[in-house]
Amino acid sequence: MNITEILFWFLSVLALGAALMMVTNKNPVYSVLWLIVVFFAISGHYILLNAQFLAIVNIIVYAGAIMVLFLFVIMLMNLNADSEPQKNKWMKLAGAVAGGCLLLVFVAALRQVEFLKLETITADGPTGLIRRLGYVLFTDFVLPFEIASVLFLSAMVGAVVIGKKGD
Amino acid sequence: MPINYYIILAIALFSIGVMGVLTRRNAIIIFMCVELMLNAVNLLLVAFSKMHYSNVVSFNPSSPVGTEAQVFVFFIMVVAAAEVSVGLAIIVMMYRNIHSVDVNFLNRLKH
Repeated sequence: MNITEILFWFLSVLALGAALMMVTNKNPVYSVLWLIVVFFAISGHYILLNAQFLAIVNIIVYAGAIMVLFLFVIMLMNLNADSEPQKNKWMKLAGAVAGGCLLLVFVAALRQVEFLKLETITADGPTGLIRRLGYVLFTDFVLPFEIASVLFLSAMVGAVVIGKKGD
Repeated sequence: MPINYYIILAIALFSIGVMGVLTRRNAIIIFMCVELMLNAVNLLLVAFSKMHYSNVVSFNPSSPVGTEAQVFVFFIMVVAAAEVSVGLAIIVMMYRNIHSVDVNFLNRLKH
């Protein structure tokens, strides 16, 4: 067992455990903090896959910007474990069983696929480096890139219009 | 690493997200679970991109194969950021009107 496998198992257990804590925790602030742990674990996976650009963007955009926005909204509304709405026990059980069934169906379907078992991933190579991605982004994907800026502008205007007080 | 492990990991994360959407009533937590599902899919896309690359690397070591998937992941992150800003604005407006983030209140939209 070399260092890559040890890191893979450590990050996988960390991601799954933190995701379960995020779903089961009653306090929304703790849920946000556990989700940040999940995002850091996924960034670690990106680094193991040598997707360095995506690892950094994941930390900056998700753990940095989006989760701070969530935390900010939760603190603005002053939500805590006491004000948390709870489903009744049977609905929770039904939801958990339904999610487990989805997991079971996916895994059972993929067990049949033989050729995937032979595929392995080599982590090195220039695929995920900023130089390569930047070149592709500004040559082949320059039109979607510009459209994304229009999307951001409309999202910004939409957020301001929706969040405005009064009408 | 075999691609199987990454597929199972991504499926498990996605299913935990689905479980969260089905079991919670707080609109913000549900939104966070959707983000978790998006991230599971991103992880799988990156793993497949590296798998695609490692299939052709023996013929052509400087091949650009697999870069498109990572650009795709980047655009998913861009759209997710825009989605979060609008979605949180909607949740804040809902909280201002009904003083709760409980999604069960939203069934009033039926009447």
